[in-house]
Amino acid sequence: MTDQTLARPEAKKRSLPHFNPVYVLVVALILAIIVMNPAFGEPTGYMNFLKRVTALAILSAGALYVIVSGGFDLSVGSIMTLTVIGSSMLASNDPNSTYWIIPLMLGIGAVVGLVNGLVVSYLKVPSLIATLGMMITLNGVAFMWSGGAPRGYLPDTFRFFGRYNITDVPVITLLPIAVICLFGFGAILWWGLHRTNFGRLLHAVGDNPQAARLAGVPVERVRISAFVVSALTAVLAGVILGGRAGVSVDIGSGFELQAITAAVIGGAQLLGGRGSVPATIAGALALEAIFTLLNLLGLAQPVRLVVQGLILIGAVALATYQRKRSGR
Amino acid sequence: MSGTPVIEMRGITKSFPGVKALRGVSFACGRGEVHALCGENGAGKSTLIKILSGVYRPDAGEVLIDGETKHFSHPQQALLAGISVIYQEFSLLPERSVAQNLFLGREPLRNGLVDSKAMVAETRRVLGLFGVRHRIEPDTLVADLDVASQQMVEIAKAVSLNAKVIVMDEPTAALNEAECEVLFTLVEQLRASGTAIIYITHRMREVTRIADRVTVIKDGEVAGSFDQVPAPEAVVRAMVGRDISEYYPEPATPAEIGRPVLTVAGGNNSALRDINLELRAGEIVGFAGLQGAGRTALAMALFGAKSFATGTMTLDGETVKLNSPRDAIRAGIGMLPGDRKASALVLMQSVRDNGMLTARAFANLFGTADRNRFTDVDGMNALLDRIKVRAPSYEQEMRFLSGGNQQKAIVARWLALKPKVLIFIEPTRGIDVDAKASIYHLMRDLARAGTAVMMVSSDLPEILGASDRILVMREGRIVGEFGRSATETELMLAATGETDVAA
Repeated sequence: MTDQTLARPEAKKRSLPHFNPVYVLVVALILAIIVMNPAFGEPTGYMNFLKRVTALAILSAGALYVIVSGGFDLSVGSIMTLTVIGSSMLASNDPNSTYWIIPLMLGIGAVVGLVNGLVVSYLKVPSLIATLGMMITLNGVAFMWSGGAPRGYLPDTFRFFGRYNITDVPVITLLPIAVICLFGFGAILWWGLHRTNFGRLLHAVGDNPQAARLAGVPVERVRISAFVVSALTAVLAGVILGGRAGVSVDIGSGFELQAITAAVIGGAQLLGGRGSVPATIAGALALEAIFTLLNLLGLAQPVRLVVQGLILIGAVALATYQRKRSGR
Repeated sequence: MSGTPVIEMRGITKSFPGVKALRGVSFACGRGEVHALCGENGAGKSTLIKILSGVYRPDAGEVLIDGETKHFSHPQQALLAGISVIYQEFSLLPERSVAQNLFLGREPLRNGLVDSKAMVAETRRVLGLFGVRHRIEPDTLVADLDVASQQMVEIAKAVSLNAKVIVMDEPTAALNEAECEVLFTLVEQLRASGTAIIYITHRMREVTRIADRVTVIKDGEVAGSFDQVPAPEAVVRAMVGRDISEYYPEPATPAEIGRPVLTVAGGNNSALRDINLELRAGEIVGFAGLQGAGRTALAMALFGAKSFATGTMTLDGETVKLNSPRDAIRAGIGMLPGDRKASALVLMQSVRDNGMLTARAFANLFGTADRNRFTDVDGMNALLDRIKVRAPSYEQEMRFLSGGNQQKAIVARWLALKPKVLIFIEPTRGIDVDAKASIYHLMRDLARAGTAVMMVSSDLPEILGASDRILVMREGRIVGEFGRSATETELMLAATGETDVAA
């Protein structure tokens, strides 16, 4: 007697078009910013905004892979820090070093993701704890490597991705390389999560790992791959952030929770099974827009943290409530 | 039936927003009568009972107790009028003793304190009425009792409340065969003592076994009312609304049964002892036995989820060693788990994604999700169409489908891979009669196409109706082999070990 819902809820469900409210939220926030600061409507205004949000957006889309698989990746912020510190230490002002440093950093990122995935899959350490441990470890490594104070600089070839703008572009006047990266990597991550077998299996593993295993899904391999994707995007985000903001010892801290917040605003299901790359990128835009608004209102950094925390709790509570109401 | 019925419901109509749950339903039950109330899931049985017990109020119609019209606005009033309902989810407090549960809310007092002695004595008396005094002690915590005993306590509670009418909502759902027998005996005793019993079920065997009259509800209306218990087919026809002479498909002819596909010799592990068996192409083999007899353990061993520790297994003549479900699937063995929600479905994903899951699991990870070497989107759509999965769209999330349609989508998952061996565990548990018939036909179609089908089921009529050959398990061993002409009694005897039938 408990197994049947039959046609009734289905009919109601179908009449509502699937439209993610995060897109409305982004538009509303941007409009609010333009009202308060008309300069934002100019290309330099919104392009700089996009440039600022790129690192978080790419990072969030990568972290989403782990969230969809049913886990958390708290190590991404420390991977960003390590990328920036490590690159600056290795570069020693040699412009040509960029061409081997970025691949090397991606390699380090892949190893970190692999270790995260192996620890979670085979040692059965909950991902929250495993990646928290990794976060502390990598922050320590970065600290030791730099000797406590940032030394060295990132060459312009490295900073190209985060800082350089293509100018004299018709209509939009300028086009930051970061924005090209945002669209490029965003498209690749979208393709991976929504158009490949890997993406569908990731959803299945996050939805019901037991059912996925009995359906023949290589659960461990899929989970590990998610952590590798997440770590690789963290390296890319680190390269872009380092390029834009330069070197500092705690440059990536706090990004792990911002990424999770962005995914949740975008409607991702914490504990797995559901999430969208475009909506997560929109979630990152929304989060950054909120910060911009707070800035315009003259509110300082501590308020940002309070707001971010409340959003995370509120978004999860809302999503849980909606899920309870709409089905079992 | 003689005289005024204890309970009578006349022309009951009830609507919920958007749905008419009941339309002019009339129903009566007299003293010392067991009246079976049958119907598919969602037919309106529960709504009717909730009106009887005062949970809902009817939009039209009346409820009469001993010929007097009553209007209940609260379940407590129905209880005081002598109507006790035993729901599938028991309403006992697990951390209280049996006696405390029996007297919940009406504890006897002496000098202003709870009179425990009187409670225990009365509990003993009531339990003694139906001969379970030796099984259940009044001081035992309910949490320490098995499901069957908890049900006894529920019934004892109804008896101690002097219930005139006891409603039992699918009381055997959680019981094993032996416990069912105890329950039936108890129902007969209650009937003999003059209690009116409304017995909700959709198991024909139970109707035949204990009912005096049968009422069938379909789509909120009375679809059939029988003053004597008719042949099961008549009841099922009323429930389904069409003739289902082809409820179970024709069995395999000897010519259709082919070579052995899977064999096990001397298979052992912690749950299985000396398993020797042969599954042949084109044949459906039913596995009967009590809970914990090793049937599911055997399925898990064949599927590589909990492999044999010793013994050899061959597939198409070649020895195979399966260490994971993935190994088993690669070798050509599929399985439909018994607990669909926990072990088969990815509920937040679409119907089509559920159907394509296994095909994708064996495709190139970074290849497109739309097609692989087993199937593609169009192929899966066609397959879902062919086996008549009813969904507004195959993009619909799985959780919104009915149990029967969910099960069909999982069948589609395996059809796409064309396995050599397909294992069904409790294939029709929790799905309605109509969908059951189509699952049996799907199984038969698969067998006809050359698949060796293994079916683990606790439903004996299903075992007898759908299998070509029946193996009975007990304590991790295969203890009997029967043809489809076996009787339920024979299977039960083998399953309980009353008699050993050589395999």
